[in-house]
Amino acid sequence: MKGIPFDLQILNVLAALLLLLSFSMLAQRRIVVLVNLLATQGLLLFLATMLLAWRTGEHHLYLSAVLTLALKVIGLPWLLRRLIRRLDVYWDTELLINPSATMLIGLLIVVFSFGLAQPISALASTATRSTLGIAIAVILLAFLAMITRRKAMSQVVAFLSMENGLFFGAMSATYGMPMVVELGVALDVLVAMLVLGVFFFQIREQFDSLDLHHLETLKEHE
Amino acid sequence: MKLLAVTTQLLEIFLAVLAAPLLVGWVNQCRAWLQNRSAPSIWQPYRGLHKLFYKDAVVAINASSLFRAAPYVVFSSMVLAAAIIPSLGTRLPFTVAADGIALVGLLATARVFVSLAAMDVGTAFGTLGARREMMIGFLAEPALLMVLFVAAMISQTTSLALIAERLSGGAVVLYPSLAFTAVAFTLVLLAENARIPVDNPATHLELTMVHEAMLLEYSARHLALMEWAAALKLFNYACIGIALFVPFGVATQLQGPVGLAIAVPTLAFKLLLAGAALAVLETVSAKLRVFRAPEFLATAFLLAVLGMLVHLLLGA
Repeated sequence: MKGIPFDLQILNVLAALLLLLSFSMLAQRRIVVLVNLLATQGLLLFLATMLLAWRTGEHHLYLSAVLTLALKVIGLPWLLRRLIRRLDVYWDTELLINPSATMLIGLLIVVFSFGLAQPISALASTATRSTLGIAIAVILLAFLAMITRRKAMSQVVAFLSMENGLFFGAMSATYGMPMVVELGVALDVLVAMLVLGVFFFQIREQFDSLDLHHLETLKEHE
Repeated sequence: MKLLAVTTQLLEIFLAVLAAPLLVGWVNQCRAWLQNRSAPSIWQPYRGLHKLFYKDAVVAINASSLFRAAPYVVFSSMVLAAAIIPSLGTRLPFTVAADGIALVGLLATARVFVSLAAMDVGTAFGTLGARREMMIGFLAEPALLMVLFVAAMISQTTSLALIAERLSGGAVVLYPSLAFTAVAFTLVLLAENARIPVDNPATHLELTMVHEAMLLEYSARHLALMEWAAALKLFNYACIGIALFVPFGVATQLQGPVGLAIAVPTLAFKLLLAGAALAVLETVSAKLRVFRAPEFLATAFLLAVLGMLVHLLLGA
């Protein structure tokens, strides 16, 4: 670690905290806390982007940082909290496997993704290349969180966390995506969120619950 | 130089043995303030020990010699552990003989003897406490080892004194891996010292107690030694944490007697903060069910392993 400039050290700490948040999302039982964790993850992403923008002098990164702040820290969590209130789903999200086992699987995933990122970051030339492994780990952990949840709400939160991971990955590999792509993705996420919000109400109207295993059978009467 | 090393070593042992009840008193006082109770005097643990040493010991009729020997074994292994930990200086004659892994072994020896003595008399409560203690111990030990390994990997040595010396010297460097392990170590400290999320130190009669259940059969000087050893254990754990994560101000080889003179108040200040932080942690958290304790310690292990992985990835 000696010889690495101080701002990059801070960036590394932020990356490590992102990973930690992914793990706490994996273990968290309550949906409201899950949304708060997502907002915190967005805030860390915002700080990391600002730092990188200041360091590299890439102006479009400032714009995407502001976009992150507006969308992931304020907008989407507000939308999610409103949905939770309207749907009245404060209940505990049920995990399919127990938290300790999930965490251990998550640990294996982290080992796998760090191994995966090693050759890529050896070839990259950005200053942030070492954090690519963390970005991949965040994406895969969000995947795991989606697999191990049954309720629609927590799956959506995991999906948004996966998007955070993708954003961070793009940032550490190539200093962010082109502006057009970034705007497109942001809009996609927002629209997806709105559509899913409508879906929630539809699903609940049909089955009286947001448990997605009701959707696994095709016919209503067997 | 040799004289200074021996002086540091002796001072360290005496300070640990004499100041350990003071740390417990300080934590109790902080807890009382936070709970809006009027606090007992900070010297209360000493009064308790004094009273116990002047009582006549009562030993159960079917107790074996192990039951009588256990308090001395436990107390002396805690004193030995205090000798290894670089709380004041890093050049200690003892640290050449034993590194961090041996330290974990010493703590394990004490745990085994406490548990065996608790099962020796054959009361239900003692056996129950011993079983729980072993369950917590076998989960906490790997986590503690992992924490030590991360610090060892960063400073390329398993000797605690050299770790403290290398981490304390030079410019301010941020280690994300050490941040992870610091959280893991805090969880281990809470579990190993029978603190609130895992055990309640303030109770003597409860079905969920762990540490107190093992000491129920002890009285007088045996009990005093056991309690003193428990206080020493907390002191040791606090010093391990300080040596690994905030070793600044510890006396190194180059500084001579001046370094030692600075190290004593620095350590006192750090312990003051650590005790207050422990009291706050205990006040804000609720006691876990016993069956949730494995989950609590699995989290500690996971955080420590995560710290190691982050160290390997970021080189930090």
